[in-house]
Amino acid sequence: MSLDLSVPRDVLLALLPELVLTLWALVLLLFVAWRHQTVRDLRTAGWLTLVALLSTAVAAWWLWWNQAQPAGLAGMLAVDDFRWVTDWLFTGGAALTALISFAYLEREQLLAPEYYVLLIFATLGMMLMAAGEDLMVIFLGLELMSVAVYVLAGFDRKSPRSAEAALKYFLLGAFASGFLLYGIALIYGATGTTNLTLIGVQVGLGGSSVMLLAGLALLLVGFAFKVAAVPFHMWAPDVYDGAPTPVTAFMATGVKAAAFAALFRVLTEGFANAGAWREIVWWLAVVTMVGGNFLALTQRSLKRMLAYSSVAHAGYLLVAVASGKAAGTAAFIVYLVAYTLMSVGAFAVLAAKGRRGESDVLIDDLAGLATRRPWLAFALAVCMLSLLGFPGTAGFIGKWYILIAATSAGQNVLAAILVLASVVSAGYYLPVIMAMYMKPEASDTAHADVWLDRPARVAVAAAVAALLVFGVWPNRLLELAKTAGDSVRPPAAAPVPPPAPPPGR
Amino acid sequence: MYARWVLTVLLVWPLVAAAVVLFVPAPRAKYVALFATLLEFALSVPLWWEFAPTGGMQFVADYAWIAPWGIHYTVGVDGISLFMVLLTTFLMPLSVLGSWSYITKREPGFYALLLVLTTGMIGVFVALDLFLFYVMWEVMLIPMYFIIGVWGGENRLYAAIKFFIYTMFGSLLMLVAILVLYFHVGQATGTYSFSYLHILANLQNLGNVAPWLFGAFFLAFAIKVPMFPFHTWLPDAHVEAPTAGSVILAGILLKMGTYGFLRFALPFFPTVALSETVQVLIVTLSLIGIIYGGLVAMVQPDFKKLIAYSSVAHLGFVMLGIWALTLQSVQGALLVMINHGISTGALFFLVGMIYERRHSRLIDAYGGIARVVPLFAAILTIVSLSSIGLPGTNGFVGEFLVLLGAFRTYPVATTIATTGVIIAAAYLLWALQRVLFNPLDKHENEKLTDLTPRELAVLIPLLACIVWIGVYPKPFLTRMEPAARQFIEQVRGK
Repeated sequence: MSLDLSVPRDVLLALLPELVLTLWALVLLLFVAWRHQTVRDLRTAGWLTLVALLSTAVAAWWLWWNQAQPAGLAGMLAVDDFRWVTDWLFTGGAALTALISFAYLEREQLLAPEYYVLLIFATLGMMLMAAGEDLMVIFLGLELMSVAVYVLAGFDRKSPRSAEAALKYFLLGAFASGFLLYGIALIYGATGTTNLTLIGVQVGLGGSSVMLLAGLALLLVGFAFKVAAVPFHMWAPDVYDGAPTPVTAFMATGVKAAAFAALFRVLTEGFANAGAWREIVWWLAVVTMVGGNFLALTQRSLKRMLAYSSVAHAGYLLVAVASGKAAGTAAFIVYLVAYTLMSVGAFAVLAAKGRRGESDVLIDDLAGLATRRPWLAFALAVCMLSLLGFPGTAGFIGKWYILIAATSAGQNVLAAILVLASVVSAGYYLPVIMAMYMKPEASDTAHADVWLDRPARVAVAAAVAALLVFGVWPNRLLELAKTAGDSVRPPAAAPVPPPAPPPGR
Repeated sequence: MYARWVLTVLLVWPLVAAAVVLFVPAPRAKYVALFATLLEFALSVPLWWEFAPTGGMQFVADYAWIAPWGIHYTVGVDGISLFMVLLTTFLMPLSVLGSWSYITKREPGFYALLLVLTTGMIGVFVALDLFLFYVMWEVMLIPMYFIIGVWGGENRLYAAIKFFIYTMFGSLLMLVAILVLYFHVGQATGTYSFSYLHILANLQNLGNVAPWLFGAFFLAFAIKVPMFPFHTWLPDAHVEAPTAGSVILAGILLKMGTYGFLRFALPFFPTVALSETVQVLIVTLSLIGIIYGGLVAMVQPDFKKLIAYSSVAHLGFVMLGIWALTLQSVQGALLVMINHGISTGALFFLVGMIYERRHSRLIDAYGGIARVVPLFAAILTIVSLSSIGLPGTNGFVGEFLVLLGAFRTYPVATTIATTGVIIAAAYLLWALQRVLFNPLDKHENEKLTDLTPRELAVLIPLLACIVWIGVYPKPFLTRMEPAARQFIEQVRGK
């Protein structure tokens, strides 16, 4: 099916997943305007959200199945496999978040179904970011996502820390948006367009002016803020720590994924021929991996440890960016599937353990969990091993793919730094397992109220099962990621650097 | 039929059994585990006869696994890995039997981990695909980590994490090296594959990355062996691990390091491995291991630590034999690998048995117990003598062959290494004297009970092997000879 983006009907078709989700968002808004008091309303809103996300994923699937292709002139929207696959990622991540939110919201007395509306709007923003073939669309998506997430971060109105998190996130996010917008303006000034394909052609033809490079640098800073790369990561631990736990899971996975998806598209399609960013991203990746891992090593609170570890994982993903190859884009997708699953699993268990008044769950507080809640401990152990990148889990496959992308681009040193950083990460992931399995309980009732409701149990079980299955049999996922990765490419008109051999074929 | 499936069955069966063990009532777990490991051993025994003493891989099975990356499930054994597989399946039932009364809490978990560990260890020895090898190499870390960390001694958490991080540190750099090899060979031949034989056959013109790649493999294996400066995890892990854990660590896990040198590091990078610098480095480190390991063993107050350091010394002989690259020395190194598994395994069992009775591993806590437990004393003496390398026992054949073969390549180093045998006699005989023969001056030792039939069932197969290899090593030597020759040609020939 080829879609000509200058024809309104085709534009609507190309926007089908976004339109479906928008429609549901409006329906849900109407619903919560009438029904927003009881626990039942909250649950209904939650289930409606799941239906909304599912139908959106189906819409994306329909376009993928019909092999939607762009035709004619470059439009503002990308129509490629990368977009559909990332759509599934975002809706999947949001659905897992919704599933672990059910019990959390009720327990923390956050009886406001608007939560789910914000979740949907944030997801919509992410989808637009991944779909943007134009810097303005990406910026709009980013703002839609960010504003919704600012509110979500401060959703626990009675908690001062949640408010602090929202304020910090808002202030720094606004700065990041400013950088990004200024960068876009400079790029527009240098090339006369905000369309990525046209920028790519211009860069390919005319080399790069100072204004363009300055714009690119500001753009990178803006994205680095959003993905929490060192040294732009300062907000991340406080925000992740203060926000309600399911929101933290959503931020660590979805928000970061969306920013990375847009970054991949911008760099590959627009700036493949402006080599300057490779060096910058290389260093950014190194300091992020090293910094994130060493900072995480010093944390005793589980939530803060996961926050810093998510900084470290942004570093691993930057290695995929630095490779500057289609394999890197594919590796990003595989890694993100794994990362979403393992983060949601870990945060769900953390949410089950946390209680009002003690939002700080220390790693040592998990002592002896394995004897009381063997399945929960097993789930968290699998998530930790996967985060560590241990063979047999999806986290390993993702890391392996990133290493393949890096070594195929000849960046052996970066690959070596990545694995050494992973060794450091063993120093904070293993103590979690150690506490659960090897230390005695603090008291007989230490874990008496650790409990997951049925939706959260489904989410955790599905995540753990998927982690193990993809860890042993990732073939389908790899093929999907590869076609998606190949679909993001520099414009054909520009001179393309000599292709390096594809990995593994 | 047997030839095609045996290795796969050996890999899958322990996993199935582990799942069963987890769900049987706790008191039954050990019976199921014993049955499973005995069946595993029975399945592996025909390998001994079916194996044709020629070069090359046998019992090969090959299936596509992760096709997009050219990863296959490829397994097979040659004259090097055959013995390692048999040693593993032989030691596992004994380890289960040896844990019979030692492990009293969370039994199903313990035995399930032992079985998963079996799969991991056999997988490392039979893998002929570098991805599969790496996966197995890491997978066996987790069960061992739990075995030390959950069922270990007082300092178990420290020992467990040290063991884990040391091993992981080395192996992750190896992972990058594997990927670099994959792309190098892929670009040269157009076939991107992790197949061991494919990479081995087409590895040329590595240029100046070769030393780095060798370094990465070296680090992974040297930590595992362990060679001198990387050995500090070993005493901790050995001492804290429960008996079965120590036996498996010493008996099999350490052999993975030397096996890695034989299988990967030397055949892949012969020019680097035979360069002057690396030869001097390896020989020096081996000698330090032999001498320093022995001297440190001598002053250990803890019997288990003494055995742990003696492992460092024994593995030094293996490394010396491998690098000397003569037929006798390589065969000797392989034999020492087997012997060390048997003798040191038996020593750890014996220490574990006396620890169960007296709850002390300190040598000073005993004295004169030969009068109380004569059977125990007799067996401990025989096993110690075999560990020292007394003629007529297995230890003699292995170390003699290593020294004989290595003398042709490194005469000075071999002469120095010979003193290692004397040091071994010193620390073990001295320890024997203090434990078994001095006056029986501790009141608590007067009521010790002698070995039970179950404990004898653990030790007698090991004793039989000690005598068999000591008196008639020919069946072993003929089976390993073609593989050893091939190995030497591969390294020397390039």
